[in-house]
Amino acid sequence: MRFAVVVFPGSNCDEDAARAITRVLDAPVELVWHQTVALDGYDAVIIPGGFAYGDYLRAGAIARFSPVMTAVAAHAAAGKPVLGICNGFQVLTEAGLLPGTLLPNNSLQFRCDIVSVRVETTAIAFTCGYTQGQVIRLPIAHGQGAYYADEETLADLRRHDQIVFRYDGENPNGSADDIAGIVNRGRNVLGMMPHPERAVHELLGSTDGAPLFASLLRSWERQVAHGA
Amino acid sequence: MKYLACIQITLKPSVLDPQGAAVAKALGALGFGEVSDVRVGRYIETRMTAQDEEAARQQVTSMCDALLANTVIERYEFSLEEAS
Repeated sequence: MRFAVVVFPGSNCDEDAARAITRVLDAPVELVWHQTVALDGYDAVIIPGGFAYGDYLRAGAIARFSPVMTAVAAHAAAGKPVLGICNGFQVLTEAGLLPGTLLPNNSLQFRCDIVSVRVETTAIAFTCGYTQGQVIRLPIAHGQGAYYADEETLADLRRHDQIVFRYDGENPNGSADDIAGIVNRGRNVLGMMPHPERAVHELLGSTDGAPLFASLLRSWERQVAHGA
Repeated sequence: MKYLACIQITLKPSVLDPQGAAVAKALGALGFGEVSDVRVGRYIETRMTAQDEEAARQQVTSMCDALLANTVIERYEFSLEEAS
């Protein structure tokens, strides 16, 4: 399974994401500059955290027009996994690959912390290695992480089991329905504010992010075996 | 023709504005007790060329929908004036 980690000017979690893939999966991973026009040959794409284009205008607003985003949309349309972490989540909503948007935290403060997150669905490739309702500890680091969507969209997300992660206990940013991460209707595009790639080693304070990457690999291997 | 477009982007009324709330609180603390609500928005000016005013209007609308505003949470209005 080959991974691509997209690098925008201003991305700063790209190396962390690549290292998490290497460490947890020992799978091939490449950093892909945002001017890249094709993502053929990659089985999964990660849009990492950071401040693409300095968050000018709105977080993710300018990044979504990078040439690579056309390839990301094609990759998503083909049913292949796309994972947007933090700023990557913001980019995916701006690009219209996920519904809703991320507002500034209700505290108006940048929150850098380790928080409790509940796994709400395991019926996707990204979380099949967790158990439903499992509470995991993941780092967050964002100033604009309050997920927002209108009531109709939120009802839709609930109806179709698209809420993947909720904050357990304190909601660090005031997101609607305590949402920390959602998946698209096709169930192959996941956006999340917490950083699983920063929780893959005891030294980092948590290893709870590792099963997410292991889940992806396991789902892919299963799919390949079925396809063969 | 050359035009100057003055674009105002504001949060939809249904969207909470913690920044506006903080500003309102600060104004209250400064003694401006008459302030009951503050909403913080964004103002953008663009100089541009267009066939005529109607074309300019359509171009600015496209710009707002595509990039300048996030219509999930924001709405926009703008004025156009002929520029030299």
